[in-house]
Amino acid sequence: MNVMIPSQLRSYTHTHQVQCSGDTLGAVLQELDQRFPGLRFRIVDEQDRIRQHIHVFINKEMTQGLHQPVTDADEIRITGALSGG
Amino acid sequence: MSKHKSNGYDNNVALLIGTRKGGFLLRSSSNRGKWKLEGPFLLGAIVHNMILDPRDGRTMLMAASTGHLGPTIFRSNDQGKTWVEASAPPAFPKVEPEGSGEAVQHTFSLWPGHVDEPHVFYAGTAPVGLFRSTDGGENWEGVAGFNENPMRRTWIGPPEFSPPGGGGLHSLQIDPRDPRHMYIGASMGGVFETLDQGRSWQPLNKGCEADFLPDPEADFGHDPHTLRIHPLYPDVLYQQNHCGIYRMDREDGFWVRVGNNMPKRVGDIGFPIVLDPRDPQKVYVFPMDGTEIWPRTSPKGKPAVYASSNGGKTWEALRKGLPPRHGYFTVKRHAMSADREAPLGIYFGTSGGQVWGSVDEGKRWRKLVDYLPEIYSVSPAVFAA
Repeated sequence: MNVMIPSQLRSYTHTHQVQCSGDTLGAVLQELDQRFPGLRFRIVDEQDRIRQHIHVFINKEMTQGLHQPVTDADEIRITGALSGG
Repeated sequence: MSKHKSNGYDNNVALLIGTRKGGFLLRSSSNRGKWKLEGPFLLGAIVHNMILDPRDGRTMLMAASTGHLGPTIFRSNDQGKTWVEASAPPAFPKVEPEGSGEAVQHTFSLWPGHVDEPHVFYAGTAPVGLFRSTDGGENWEGVAGFNENPMRRTWIGPPEFSPPGGGGLHSLQIDPRDPRHMYIGASMGGVFETLDQGRSWQPLNKGCEADFLPDPEADFGHDPHTLRIHPLYPDVLYQQNHCGIYRMDREDGFWVRVGNNMPKRVGDIGFPIVLDPRDPQKVYVFPMDGTEIWPRTSPKGKPAVYASSNGGKTWEALRKGLPPRHGYFTVKRHAMSADREAPLGIYFGTSGGQVWGSVDEGKRWRKLVDYLPEIYSVSPAVFAA
């Protein structure tokens, strides 16, 4: 599946989209972290919560959970939420 | 490692500056007369603290997060030219049920370990936690004796009682005679001491007021802003506390409010406290307005460092060169410090992005740089040749 990478994380990926696989959002992020070490912890805390100012969309729906199932046909979009100053 | 261009600024005092929008390096000429700014490092990152390991003069650590991304630690061995992220930054253990545990919001303070433990570093976090690295800052683990201490939440209170930004573990001081003997200072927790390198801890707050608690003489729940022990006389402790300036002679075991000797019109509220590394009687503070709604700016808009040369018995204002009026400075706890030169150099950074310095023990101040982002930390350092 296609994972869209926000500008805040491109120091890890050096590209704005990455092809990944996995049955759940959590598995996809785990694969991303293996390929780009450190990326996952910047967007998911040690309790497996998506960080407050990070939004993850699966297609057009925003999710807050790593357990959400995904398929190869889905597009995952990680975004830095708009926040002040 | 590529050779750094000299231009007469290498191997002198440099100031590592952490700001709300990145890290900077301010290098001085040999007599500390001229200063040259380098950076930014990680522009846009929130840099709470940046230090150089005084034991090797090479390893720099930077605690960084952003408005969006979680907290991490970067390391540099080439004076900030390149930075590498830690493999395992400070993080609390995952607990069940999922999502119920604590998460590090930011690393608030970084500390080199004892001189006999050359690759050890400590990190203090918000929420209040203590972490240790034994490999030069690459991997970090929680100090279980504190983070998992059954008394920890009792000591520091529930999360909803934390100050804005989360209570932080801001100070760690290691007895130069014994790496097992350490003190920590935590917001809304107090001062704690360990004799066994962090396996067990005891509160050390006797004599210190906590006028915001139902029991102002409570054993814990205090609010130290900065804690320092003297490097040559480590049984002499000072703290700038929410409730004033205190000194403890360790054999006495209780804090004495030496801030009571400050001018009443100024008060003894502030955040940083700085010790002269050669003289335990010399101490410097930066008073702030702690009246009514706590403006946290220079009292009456007249910024001054106050110095004592007798352990806090008397205090003298040092303001030559600083604005005589309309100077509403805010100086955060990590943003004031001293070098190890003679005469002593003292430096502070403001929330308005200015760095001020004195290279004559505070007799005269000079603005070293302006227009930086809000300054969180100022750490003097000397790079190895």
